[in-house]
Amino acid sequence: MAKPTTVSSDSPALEVTTPQGKKPLAGLGGPAGWLDERVGLAKLSKGNLRKVFPDHWSFLLGEIALYSFIILLLTGVFLTIWFKPSMAEVEYTGTYQLLRGIPMSEAYQSTLTLSFDVRGGLLVRQVHHWAAMLFVAAATVHMLRIFFTGAFRKPREINWLIGIGLLSMALIEGFAGYSLPDDLLSGTGLRFVDGLIRSIPVIGTWAEFLVFGGEFPGTIIVPRLYMVHILLVPGLLLALIGAHLALVVYHKHTQYPGPGRTEKNVVGYPLFPVYMAKAGGFFFIVFGVTVLMGTFLSINPVWKFGPYTPNQITAGSQPDWYMGFVEGAIRIFPAIEWHFGHTTWSWQIFLPGVGMLGLLFGGLAAWPFIESWITGDKSEHHLLDRPRNAPTRTSFGVAGITWYAMFWIAGGNDILANTFGGSLNAITWAMRYAVWVAPVIAFIISRRVCMSLQRHDAERVLHGAESGVIVRTPDGGYYEDHMPIPLDEAFTLTQHAEYPSLEPTAAVDENGVKVPAQVTKRRARVRDWFIRANLTKPTADEIAVAHSHGDGAHEIASPSEPIEASNEQKAVSRH
Amino acid sequence: MSQEVEVTRTHPVPDPGIPEHVERWADVDPEESRRAERQVAACFGAVPLLALGFVVVYFFVPRTWSVQFAGLNAQAQNFWLGLLGGVAILLVGIGAIQWARLIMGDHEISEERHDAGSDSDTREAALDEVHEGITQSDLPRRKLIGNTLKIALPSLALPALITLLDMGPWPGPGLRAATIEKTIWTEGVHLVTDVTYKRIKATDMVVGELVNAAPENIQDLNSDPAAKASATAKAAIIIVRMDPSTIKIPQSRKDWQVDGILCYSKICTHVGCPISLWEQQTHHLLCPCHQSTFDLGNSGVVVFGPAARSLPQLPITTDAQGFLVARSDFTVPVGPSYFERDSTHDYKDGDN
Repeated sequence: MAKPTTVSSDSPALEVTTPQGKKPLAGLGGPAGWLDERVGLAKLSKGNLRKVFPDHWSFLLGEIALYSFIILLLTGVFLTIWFKPSMAEVEYTGTYQLLRGIPMSEAYQSTLTLSFDVRGGLLVRQVHHWAAMLFVAAATVHMLRIFFTGAFRKPREINWLIGIGLLSMALIEGFAGYSLPDDLLSGTGLRFVDGLIRSIPVIGTWAEFLVFGGEFPGTIIVPRLYMVHILLVPGLLLALIGAHLALVVYHKHTQYPGPGRTEKNVVGYPLFPVYMAKAGGFFFIVFGVTVLMGTFLSINPVWKFGPYTPNQITAGSQPDWYMGFVEGAIRIFPAIEWHFGHTTWSWQIFLPGVGMLGLLFGGLAAWPFIESWITGDKSEHHLLDRPRNAPTRTSFGVAGITWYAMFWIAGGNDILANTFGGSLNAITWAMRYAVWVAPVIAFIISRRVCMSLQRHDAERVLHGAESGVIVRTPDGGYYEDHMPIPLDEAFTLTQHAEYPSLEPTAAVDENGVKVPAQVTKRRARVRDWFIRANLTKPTADEIAVAHSHGDGAHEIASPSEPIEASNEQKAVSRH
Repeated sequence: MSQEVEVTRTHPVPDPGIPEHVERWADVDPEESRRAERQVAACFGAVPLLALGFVVVYFFVPRTWSVQFAGLNAQAQNFWLGLLGGVAILLVGIGAIQWARLIMGDHEISEERHDAGSDSDTREAALDEVHEGITQSDLPRRKLIGNTLKIALPSLALPALITLLDMGPWPGPGLRAATIEKTIWTEGVHLVTDVTYKRIKATDMVVGELVNAAPENIQDLNSDPAAKASATAKAAIIIVRMDPSTIKIPQSRKDWQVDGILCYSKICTHVGCPISLWEQQTHHLLCPCHQSTFDLGNSGVVVFGPAARSLPQLPITTDAQGFLVARSDFTVPVGPSYFERDSTHDYKDGDN
């Protein structure tokens, strides 16, 4: 581009101006300017720095998961400095007296050294384990929040799938992690995995020999799990978390319905400075809390279990909590094993072990597509559902939680029997039925509760809130006075979307030609059932009529008395 | 294809709009505002002190000290490092959030959303570019290139996967017979107590007693810990003595026991946990992992739980001095099932 050689003397460029106020990065000089000239920092920041995020406590669940993952990376790096992923046998000579002179693997020995002879080692180990528990727990509850509010709907289905992938890998990561110290408990877990791999039909024995490098336990499973735990799965988790967050930024965060919130906007506070301070601060809070947990709450005291030997075990062996449902399925599954000729098909291990995980994660992954097929809803959603306004989905969710919980409880059938003095066999049998019956009961109850809550909403909108004031009428009747609810609340309670009922269309038109986009009778029935518990919300006319009548309770107590509509006036004149 | 359905979102109550901003105490009261500032600064200001405390503890609190209060008995160093470090980190977070809550502007703002998908013009333009690229590559005319590439890329998976096959030895029939289908028990091997390796005299065992035991030749593997571990994982046994009149001994197993002393594999036939919970009165043996229960008074058949096969029994007898010895290896593979396992020879309830 040609440059001017002279500047005219009356050019505005020569006028002296004083900046209005002091801008911290005026003219974008210094390091920021240096960076901008090289990577276009200003272009990147513009628009993104003031990106709006909505506020709600339930949005913090995913943040907890993210932060515990960062804590896991930080503490994990420290642990790798000391941990030796080796199954070579050594004799313990460290500080912990009770195990001195006992032969053990280097993995276990280095875990003991880390715990007793490295300053801060035990603390970091416990913080790491607590953060892992928190990571899976927060991710699970975050997933439930997404499910119950319908945040998985278009355009966020891909992010839902990424989330399911993250959760399933978190389980593998956690399992690989607690198998590493090679103490009696983790060795028992590996023994189970060996049995599980063996049970895979046709290829089981081959998979076992390849994974364990020969017969169980061998000398190579701990180094291999170490690779899985510190490289393979964390790498995948990191990549998926990156994609997960990038999609959140692209789609912008969902928001709960409320005054001023629409499908076309996002209402909240800017990233810089409010969310940087809030989210950044929250990271330090999560970190601080896990450090204090690692300080005060003992977790996985491996020195108490002793080194792994294949002929020892402790009663009440339990995996970490997130594996409890698989454990429960394994415990209560009936002993179904086929013996065909010279082959053995161990369904009682394969189905609950591998099938259970497949069923859970497969079902979760499929849900957004099943729901959108049933409702036929293909539009974008950015406003969250209040769970009561999607009663069938909510009830499926509660049934799913119940199903999971029943298996999880079954995973502790021995502890239940011991604690409550019950019969182990009776508890096991009861759980075999409970995993089928309890979810159905939970489904029915939740649908009822959702409907009641919807009626309650309608009642509040039409007749207001109970004031707690009992009024006696001159003719001796009693009624409770009702107060109109704020307009903000009335709007929130009536804003939700409604699905029209679908009529089945004829498969062929009047000329006998097949119609492609038809609604089959079955689909209409399924959809009808799905939205049956969505009650019709009050219309504007109904609200107006109800308000002009005054409050419903009056009519029952004193039908003759006309009531002034002053309450309604109050509701409209706000601020 | 399902029919698209318009979702209706009617508003019987009109949208009142974003609620008005409500001023906080710190926005209107200068004293309150200074107080908020002091709070945040106090949080941040305490952090360096705590960090310094952490360093002091690191260097000057000996490993041998302990902390005891309210039922807690912890190593002092661990306790103070965690307490000081944890509170320091926590204070950074609390300070930052107080700052955002009390001092930073809290005006809710609204931002427009845009459809996730592109508009039709962008789609057109992108398709044009794709079309131009395809045309330039000349792929539509030169199908052979496309088709060979389609085979070339997936075929690369083959070498990638094949390299994994050396992760372990291949369990063909020969290797299976030498590993998972065999233990170190053979004829004449003495049964010795677990851990102390003492031979067991039949007459020393009382009715109702259970002994965790091992083959005497397991000690030969002391120099090879890995071999010893996998041998132990299969050869571990339990010996029980029961009153012969209260148990069922099938004809075929009459000489597998010595006066009601029976010997079973300790490895569960479900997923391989060592079974250890002995109910003396019922002769039941319970696995602590998944609660499979075996009846040792009836050749180890399953009476409850997810295990599907009887516990393998080891044929035993006594030597000249009256010590228990094995008569052979187990007659069936011990431990959890695997696909190639021939399970026709396992003892089933009622066999003779």
